[in-house]
Amino acid sequence: MARKLLLTHIDVPGINTFEVYRQKGGYRAVEKALKTMSPEDVVEEVKKSGLRGRGGAGFPTGMKWSFLAKPEGVPRYLVCNGDESEPGTFKDRYLMTYIPHALIEGMIVSSYAMGAHVSYIYVRGEMMPQIRILERAIAEAKQAGFLGKNILGSGYDLELYVQPGGGAYICGEETALLESLEGKRGNPRIKPPFPAVSGLYNCPTVVNNVESIASVVPIINDGGEEYAKIGIERSTGTKLISASGNINKPGVYEIELGVPVEEFIYSDEYCGGIANGKRLKAVVAGGSSVPILPANLILKTINGNDRLMTYESLGDGGFQTGTMLGSGGFIVFDEDQCIVRNTWNFSRFYHHESCGQCSPCREGTGWLEKVLHSIESGHGSYKDIDLLVNVAKNIEGNTICPLGDAAAWPVASAIRHFRDEFEWHISHASEAQSRNYGLAHYADPLEITAS
Amino acid sequence: MLNVKYNEQVEFPADLLARFAEIVSRYPEGRQKSALLPIMHEVQAVYGWLSVPAMDQIAAYLQIKPIEVYEVATFYTMYFLQPQGKYVLEVCRTGPCCLVGAERIMDHISQKLGVKEGEVTEDGMFSWRGVECMAACGGGPVLQIGPEYTFYENLTEESVDKLIEELRQKA
Ligand SMILES: Cc1cc2nc3c(=O)[nH]c(=O)nc-3n(C[C@H](O)[C@H](O)[C@H](O)COP(=O)(O)O)c2cc1C
Ligand code: SF4
Ligand code: FES
Repeated sequence: MARKLLLTHIDVPGINTFEVYRQKGGYRAVEKALKTMSPEDVVEEVKKSGLRGRGGAGFPTGMKWSFLAKPEGVPRYLVCNGDESEPGTFKDRYLMTYIPHALIEGMIVSSYAMGAHVSYIYVRGEMMPQIRILERAIAEAKQAGFLGKNILGSGYDLELYVQPGGGAYICGEETALLESLEGKRGNPRIKPPFPAVSGLYNCPTVVNNVESIASVVPIINDGGEEYAKIGIERSTGTKLISASGNINKPGVYEIELGVPVEEFIYSDEYCGGIANGKRLKAVVAGGSSVPILPANLILKTINGNDRLMTYESLGDGGFQTGTMLGSGGFIVFDEDQCIVRNTWNFSRFYHHESCGQCSPCREGTGWLEKVLHSIESGHGSYKDIDLLVNVAKNIEGNTICPLGDAAAWPVASAIRHFRDEFEWHISHASEAQSRNYGLAHYADPLEITAS
Repeated sequence: MLNVKYNEQVEFPADLLARFAEIVSRYPEGRQKSALLPIMHEVQAVYGWLSVPAMDQIAAYLQIKPIEVYEVATFYTMYFLQPQGKYVLEVCRTGPCCLVGAERIMDHISQKLGVKEGEVTEDGMFSWRGVECMAACGGGPVLQIGPEYTFYENLTEESVDKLIEELRQKA
């Protein structure tokens, strides 16, 4: 059995309450940090752990914390990113629903490390049930003396509030989130200045993902070095993977980083194989924004090594033959799925969610959607494929925030790996309306070795 | 839910104003504009949507210009600027849910209710729309119903029929 750090007690009845969470050893990290460690010690442990941001970009959390500016007399803020709207990602919702106190405990320890006295958890507005759960957990923690004035007699004060979003994917981007928290439209800010210098209300601010914050708890309890022993290379610790699509057991799994992708898909401990006895066609491994890979390339790297669930191994081969761990939104496609339709679906999503500030993103995502829709509905021409590649290239790197890249990559990678399927949609336009292309030459490598 | 016409003046009840005050207290002095999104949710939960007079009242309460409320209300997808059905069925239409049949579910809802996306049924009970990924892909197809955003997962044609019947009975 793999080690669990975040979901250890997930099956304990009542673990969502303060009482049971505390009985199971909860809030020890707050006691340890506030009574025996300085804020700098906490930052140091997180640095040693090698924890990388779980929101998608994978930036080392300890390093991010050490960049926080500390001018005299200016408040500092910790803002937790619970916007969770990257398609395919649903781990933060799971954590907030079932073990809300893990996030509250992490927020207290992390706020202490930042020297923040007011912190916010920004949760997407559709998660109203989770917002209620967190508000209740905060009230319980406060009642028990873990929030408010002079926590555990340490002299440290902290208030924690939950802020609902209004429904906008872009508010997951940290500067758009801050704008939203200030009561404005979610338009990303131009960086620099980075939030570490000028964030919420122009004050130094750290924004971290829900899972990153919750991971601080085991890091403080067991020490950064213990945490870093789990995993491979610069992928330390455990990671929550949201598994969806055509698998037998969709759900949230806590893995030790380094599990082979093949094991993750086929083992009964995780996804339990492809549903209905079908074969694997493709995987989007890290949320809708990362490049899609066909079955052969998701299971093995181009050099024939087993692909592992780590930042490095999934990234092996760059964008030519690799992908990214991203947010850990693991979307599995069986042989019956249409890559063109899914690519169109994703491009519609990005067009819908573009905030409209930069023309390459605003106009480009519209073009991608329109051209993909015309191919999907049987009105495409061969030059449309190159047009898509071109538009994607013109968006990439030319925008204020990475949503532009996130819109371009899925299209570019789908065409790179499944060009024959796009061409078939054009050459067999009417047939493509009634049946899907199938597996083509991307047969399941597991089957090939078996025969 | 109160029935408000487009330009009818609204006066917020005392309990709602008390909620506003609690929300504003979460932010530093002078940063009361931060309360805008949560307050708009509170107002929508009571009235079912955000009318212009309601938004003007919010602006007055927060001491900001009405345009600052309108521009925010129009940016985010959760705020309704038109009256809706009593129950708004919001079905996820994004990729992962489509892999497991979300499009079929949307067609079914449209047929069952006899209205197109965005339209309200004659009895004023239901409307429906497709929304983007709701961070529940493992339970797809999924739909949510405000203002509490209750979730219904692993939808089938039968479970949707049952849900619609239950909501009808409740009314
Ligand atoms: C378009 C876009 C959407 C994003 N959505 C999320 C999100 O839903 N949740 C999240 O934690 N980070 C999201 N991010 C990443 C955040 O900008 C930020 O990097 C992250 O919250 C930092 O936390 P971490 O270092 O703990 O991962 C998004 C980024 C972009 C560009
Ligand atoms: S890239 Fe797109 S979403 Fe990001 S700031 Fe520009 S227009 Fe807005
Ligand atoms: S795609 Fe439907 S909830 Fe994520």
